[in-house]
Amino acid sequence: MAQIHLRALRHSYRARPRDEVMADWALRELNLDWRNGGAYALLGPSGCGKSTLLNIVSGLLRPTHGQVLFDERDVTGLEPGERNIAQVFQFPVVYDTMTVADNLAFPLRNRGLPEPQVRSRVREIAALLDLEATLDQRAAGLTADGKQKISLGRGLVRADVAAILFDEPLTVIDPHLKWRLRSKLKELHQRLGVTMIYVTHDQTEALTFADQVVVMDNGQVVQAGTPVELFERPRHTFVGHFIGSPGMNLLPCEIDAAGVARFDGHAVPTAVADASAARGKLTQIGVRPEHLRFARAGETGLPVAIERTSDLGRVTVVDARHGEQLIKVLVAEAGHLPSRDASLVFDMRHTQVYADGWIVE
Amino acid sequence: MRSLKPLVPTLYIVFLMLPIYWLLNMSFKTTNEILGGFTLWPHNFTLANYRTILTDSTWYMGYVNSLAYVLMNTVISVTVALPAAYAFSRYRFLGDKHLFFWLLTNRMAPPAVFALPFFQLYSAIGLFDTHIAVALAHCLFNIPLAVWILEGFMSGVPKELDETAFVDGYPFWKFFIRIFLPTIAAGIGVACFFCFMFSWVELLLAKTLTSVDAKPIAATMTRTASTSGYELGLLAAAGALTIVPGAVVITFVRNYIAKGFALGRV
Amino acid sequence: MSARTVNQKAWWLVLPVVALVAFNAVIPLMAVVNYSVQETFGNNEFFFEGVRWFQQVMQSARFREALQRQLLFTAIVLVIQVPLGVAIALAMPRTGIGVSICLVLMAMPLLIPYNVVGAMWNIFALPDIGLMGHGLIALGFDFNYTRQPLAAWITLVTMDVWHWTSLVVLLTYAGLSAIPDAFYQAARIDGASKWAIFRHIQLPKLKHVLLIAVLLRFMDSFMVYTEAVVLTGGGPGNATTLLSIDLVKTALGQFDLGPAAAMSLIYFLIILLLSWLFYTVMTRDDAK
Repeated sequence: MAQIHLRALRHSYRARPRDEVMADWALRELNLDWRNGGAYALLGPSGCGKSTLLNIVSGLLRPTHGQVLFDERDVTGLEPGERNIAQVFQFPVVYDTMTVADNLAFPLRNRGLPEPQVRSRVREIAALLDLEATLDQRAAGLTADGKQKISLGRGLVRADVAAILFDEPLTVIDPHLKWRLRSKLKELHQRLGVTMIYVTHDQTEALTFADQVVVMDNGQVVQAGTPVELFERPRHTFVGHFIGSPGMNLLPCEIDAAGVARFDGHAVPTAVADASAARGKLTQIGVRPEHLRFARAGETGLPVAIERTSDLGRVTVVDARHGEQLIKVLVAEAGHLPSRDASLVFDMRHTQVYADGWIVE
Repeated sequence: MRSLKPLVPTLYIVFLMLPIYWLLNMSFKTTNEILGGFTLWPHNFTLANYRTILTDSTWYMGYVNSLAYVLMNTVISVTVALPAAYAFSRYRFLGDKHLFFWLLTNRMAPPAVFALPFFQLYSAIGLFDTHIAVALAHCLFNIPLAVWILEGFMSGVPKELDETAFVDGYPFWKFFIRIFLPTIAAGIGVACFFCFMFSWVELLLAKTLTSVDAKPIAATMTRTASTSGYELGLLAAAGALTIVPGAVVITFVRNYIAKGFALGRV
Repeated sequence: MSARTVNQKAWWLVLPVVALVAFNAVIPLMAVVNYSVQETFGNNEFFFEGVRWFQQVMQSARFREALQRQLLFTAIVLVIQVPLGVAIALAMPRTGIGVSICLVLMAMPLLIPYNVVGAMWNIFALPDIGLMGHGLIALGFDFNYTRQPLAAWITLVTMDVWHWTSLVVLLTYAGLSAIPDAFYQAARIDGASKWAIFRHIQLPKLKHVLLIAVLLRFMDSFMVYTEAVVLTGGGPGNATTLLSIDLVKTALGQFDLGPAAAMSLIYFLIILLLSWLFYTVMTRDDAK
């Protein structure tokens, strides 16, 4: 187990990257600290650099600049085999010619552990992963989720493993088996307390697995926080938009002299009482569909025209239009739905102002 | 150990280039210089040999003839192989496995066995000494190869593509030509390359089935060796020129070689 | 491979192929079978002889010797080309400009007409005007492949290795390229040695490709004709008279149609049998 620190990390895949050109860099100035035993997720769209970051942590990639520290020890130059980490890949990597037992034993045998120890450890891990019945079968014959469990097992079999890294491990798993494997991972984390870092582009996976989610975009960390924090108070419009289904509504706004945010002339109550500091920048109001509701009789709000409703079972998504702007509202099943014209009421505490994409505090 | 790694392919390539270099070396010498003494490079550099070949029609027609039947064969082989490969890839039909195996066995047919029978057969149907005769004869082993390669690539295309097209109302041939073929373009390229290669290099059948009109370059070369004594320089130049089409083709398909040798099945 | 539907109309798609191949395969084969069981004294008169030619061929010392030489040649060639080809493929660069250069240069010998290959080596190994011949003499070896059977064999084998190893290299290289990076990455993480990587990752994934390579090389080396005959003409004497050379001498040279035909069939059957064995092993592994 180890604490992992990433200091001043920058990485480019080009041989001679130019500092001024952002497109040259896969990872731009990054600092992260992961405490021992936590469950972390790296979440972001394709190409945001999360897999690059993961491979730097595991040692498969050497960063152009910066350091990787395990428990204060600089491991930046060490090979993966020397860092004592484990990695589970997008598709199952098993040694086809060997049995399940031999697969699990492989890392231990490579380290020269005595055979009796190897065997007992293999049995332990197999029991944890429900693989005992298949120990003597050829690894090639297992299903995809069985093989992923073997990959996972190869990581767990080393008792002193520093961290287990997952690179979109559920990609090839059948959908109905995904949740089973996910629960298994969560269970294992709770039992063994191993640091786990999970890379994914699927927010459901990230938000259900991790204690802390690191959202990345374009080679940078946009926000790192608990799932609740990310949902309730996204620090960047990207996080607001990426997380949540549907994502956050972003309404272009102006900040008037009194520091009040106005959308199309209408004053909108926000969590920020005085937004004067954001004047002069590109300002937006951000509010999640969950935090909007339709005005009841007697209340005033933003006038909108209802275009469409989609019944998703427990909730209904309403597409409402104000001028050019489409606003999505989430209404609970029992909620009241006006017919055509309505007014929107904003939940002030969850309505944020963003300047140039970043939250205004 | 790491520093030794590039040495292996380098040494191998040097080994491969030596005889070719020697051939080029001789092609730029006069026969007198070749027989006169041993020199590592031409001391009296001359282009006379190449000039002869490129101007004398008995020589350059050899190349034209060879290219003609090779191209004919490639077109025929790949064209008929395409629907057949599709059938093997998409359908099960009576005898399909046995048919496929039978096709492959023709790749195992020794040309030596077929030399005389082919001579008699093609003479009997009046096609002796024509380009089409050689083109058809080479179909014996090139069609099975083309079918094998194309079937491998086609199996990599999901059936859903076909089904969608049929549901959308495409008639079969329109779907096949407009939609399906472009998706396996790489496979077609590979199949063409292999048909070209195996037809270009095969000489026993080509010589047996031709005499004057469709005489391939190989036959022209042996004629020179026997009748006018050893015109080594000329022979070397002729040989060097036979390497050119292959080198050209290979440069074009070099990006597909890795894919191609996988025959779509690895 | 997703399920294939049963459709007998598929035969129409296959018909052109069957027609062309059958024309070239079945008719000549029938002619060969015909000759193999008949005797002719010219004048287009044929007399049924049954299995006489087959017996004659099988009992002929000449045929048996040619078969032995052929088996020896194929064995030597396979033992050299397959490991060598794999070793070279393993050492080839995976990325960068070196890849294209390597592939193009290595593929060149495969694209040279067989007679030119034979002619090149014919001259290359000559003691007075060939680089190899001259070089060996200069090093002190008494090397004359037109007179010494051993020298002829060495030249023949070297020529075949020069000509065909690249096929094994390219096939193996394609197979190696198909191995996803993640396997190598996992091996690094598991702390596996280079030998372990070869044994547990590369070799198993290459099995299919290697079988294709061995099958192709077996078949083609068993059928070798033009390049060998241009190189040595089967000599000195009949030291390098391989099966196809012997066959053509008998058929076209001596015009002994009956024995030649019988020999052809036996020849073809040997290849078919051994190839079928390979094919079965190959597809048995696929089905597993």
